[in-house]
Amino acid sequence: MRDRITLQVARYRPEQESEITFDEHEVPCPKDWVVLDGLNHIKDRIDGTLSYRWSCRMGICGSCGMTVNGEPKLTCATFLADYAPGPLRVEPLRNFPVIRDLIVDIGDFMRKLVRVKPWIVRQVEKPLSEGEYLQTPEELDEYKHYSMCINCMLCYSACPIYGLDSKFIGPAAIALAQRYNFDNRDHGAAERMDVLSEHEGIWGCTFVGECTKVCPKHVDPAGAIQRYKLTAAMESMKSFFLPRGA
Amino acid sequence: MTPTHDVVMVGGGGAGLRAAIAIAETNPRLTIAVVSKVYPMRSHTVSAEGGAAGVIAPDDSLDEHAYDTISGGDWLCDQDAVEAFVKEAPQELLRLEHWGCPWSRQIDGRIAVRPFGGMKKQRTWFAADKTGFHMLHTLFQTSLKFTSVVRYDEWFVTRLLVGDGRVQGVVAFDLKSGKIEAITARAVILCTGGLGRVFPFTTNASIKSGDGMALAFRAGAPLKDMEFVQYHPTGLPFTGILITEAARAEGGYLINKDGYRYLQDYNLGKPHPEPVLRSMELGPRDRLSQAFMKEMEKGRTIETPYGHVVHLDLRHLGARKIDAKIPFVRELCMKYQNLDPVKDLIPVRPVVHYMMGGVHTDINGATPLPGLYAAGEAACVSINGANRLGSNSLPELLVFGARAGRAAAEYASRGLEIDSRIFAQKTDEHRRIEHDLLNKQGGERLADLRDEMQKTMEASAGIYRNGESLIQGVEKMRRLQERFAHLAIEDHSKTFNTERVAALELGFMLDVAEAMLSAAARREESRGAHQRTDFPMRDDQRFLAHSLAYRTSEGSTRIEYLPVMITRWPPAERVYGEAAAHAGSHHLAGSAVSS
Repeated sequence: MRDRITLQVARYRPEQESEITFDEHEVPCPKDWVVLDGLNHIKDRIDGTLSYRWSCRMGICGSCGMTVNGEPKLTCATFLADYAPGPLRVEPLRNFPVIRDLIVDIGDFMRKLVRVKPWIVRQVEKPLSEGEYLQTPEELDEYKHYSMCINCMLCYSACPIYGLDSKFIGPAAIALAQRYNFDNRDHGAAERMDVLSEHEGIWGCTFVGECTKVCPKHVDPAGAIQRYKLTAAMESMKSFFLPRGA
Repeated sequence: MTPTHDVVMVGGGGAGLRAAIAIAETNPRLTIAVVSKVYPMRSHTVSAEGGAAGVIAPDDSLDEHAYDTISGGDWLCDQDAVEAFVKEAPQELLRLEHWGCPWSRQIDGRIAVRPFGGMKKQRTWFAADKTGFHMLHTLFQTSLKFTSVVRYDEWFVTRLLVGDGRVQGVVAFDLKSGKIEAITARAVILCTGGLGRVFPFTTNASIKSGDGMALAFRAGAPLKDMEFVQYHPTGLPFTGILITEAARAEGGYLINKDGYRYLQDYNLGKPHPEPVLRSMELGPRDRLSQAFMKEMEKGRTIETPYGHVVHLDLRHLGARKIDAKIPFVRELCMKYQNLDPVKDLIPVRPVVHYMMGGVHTDINGATPLPGLYAAGEAACVSINGANRLGSNSLPELLVFGARAGRAAAEYASRGLEIDSRIFAQKTDEHRRIEHDLLNKQGGERLADLRDEMQKTMEASAGIYRNGESLIQGVEKMRRLQERFAHLAIEDHSKTFNTERVAALELGFMLDVAEAMLSAAARREESRGAHQRTDFPMRDDQRFLAHSLAYRTSEGSTRIEYLPVMITRWPPAERVYGEAAAHAGSHHLAGSAVSS
């Protein structure tokens, strides 16, 4: 078994280059090293200028998403040895503007997230002294998987619709809207409806479900989108028969 | 034009976001900024797994939570702070429920609680085993509805602006553009978390470099109880990934190479098939980590390429319970260790997890430096004393995040003007970062200095310490600080320069590491997580006191002491196992049991 592997790492330094180039480095490849360990080895031992994001190294902070051999991956959860004998190509996530090297600009998602109102909406709040809002384990299960989104952006990177038209609000934001819509403590579904249906993107989304396939946390954004379409279709039928009051 | 706000949070994790919301709710007219070197939802609160303690069960009481916390902290906790903490923790956890946190539930829909290490009753709220993740995302998403909260995502704070004897803002740079700005404020709250990264083997994320502690220390505020470092007994070898205490609370066993539940040899009770509260695997973290070291000395641990380990055995729990209660444990073992806890033993070893110490604050998060506040792991109130109990840190960041937020809002509302003379400090800082740091052409490699710092900390200030190794550690750290001046910086770009960030973080860590070693060298006793082989006993005569580390004008550390606040629980022996059933009961008998 080879004990080293070659990484082809995308470089883009806007002050120096007008487009992406690749650096090649050979790094150790013990069986428990992940792609991120390889990048850290390059940064610490070979080239201190390589830039990328990372933090928890346990698949929960959502920082280290990159494109590995063409697929969006959390690099902390992707073993180097799985790509032996290599070489292995590491690029920034697709469908986002690249700021530098492996770092992409996710500002677009951050602005969209606010628009879907990802917080509990209720007309009347009960005081804390009256205790918790009851929620049975079955009610929790209704939305729990949507609440597991770590905002890692792999789904946006995989989404063919977002790739063509970045106005599409996108898989994670819709899943998070549904996380609240299906929470029995929330009454905000009607307020979120307009934002979700304003762009035709959601109707262009097919059952292919690239977003669900790449999601490292089994959030199933594609399922969230399909459930939304059903709700929206029902609402639009209702509004056809019962026009909104003035 | 200089951005200006009423209150600036440095750090956007649990404490920072809770503080921001508290300010917005206290006074909607105040402008609030959250300045964070990562997007807030990336903050390290996200990694907390097991749960958050708050009295809610009918058979539990605030006094019992207080007693567990104080005895767990080996009587170094300030008891007035602990009393406020246990009283407000359930309300804060409930508030998070109202904000949508997906707490695990009982069949009837009420909040479920689980047992936890060092806690005598079941009082730990949990969201499966991703409690910190769910709390952080609930706080972050809730914070989005407050338009008075402005975020500086991926901005790195390099120093505090201090003028007229009070803090008036920060200097920070935008990672994306490299632009250095003064952000002025009437009050600043440090919520930057811990500094596990001064050690080589830690559960802490790469961002945990003690930035806020160093900022306060350099500005003249003291750091408190920095000698107390918590080792969590169950980290995965190599990665340091934490296997939550909930794995033991749900019934996991710790066994040595002979398959023997060795904790029974260390005054932690007798083994039973089912978990017993405050006993065996549910003893406190300091005692479990110390037992591992003793077991290793006896040659009863297992040697691996990543050092000695023992085994955590969950096999008898079965797939159904593991998937329902601790699914993340199984996920982490399968993804990062390539084993399945349903049928395999999990190799574990003690791993640096948490700093009991931090920026010295009062019960409202205020530091001695006017205008400066701190909360969460970055702060030391102290409710954690010499050893924090598992599941107390999450409610701590809520309770004291909110308290610091309200206190800072009140202070900022006084309308003190910004002193224009502080802008000279921004000019200085600009020169230091753009010129001195970015153009460093020395021969020292950043990663080498960091490795040496980490090795020094482990060798000098590990689970067991002694005077000689600590003094040597202090000297070594000073030499590393000198070598830091000759750092080689390869990256001269202004765009997302992560090497510049790493260099500034290393500078922070070297300063705080020296304070930790100095405080540890001066504490000539053994208490909680601070175990001195040359002073094996607790010494209440001399050291029932918090250490306060000040940075002197020459750049060294001066240690002072502050007496511990005792209200109702006089110092006693810490007992676990069967004896724990009786301990503390005479204190409880005379006081009203409230819930």
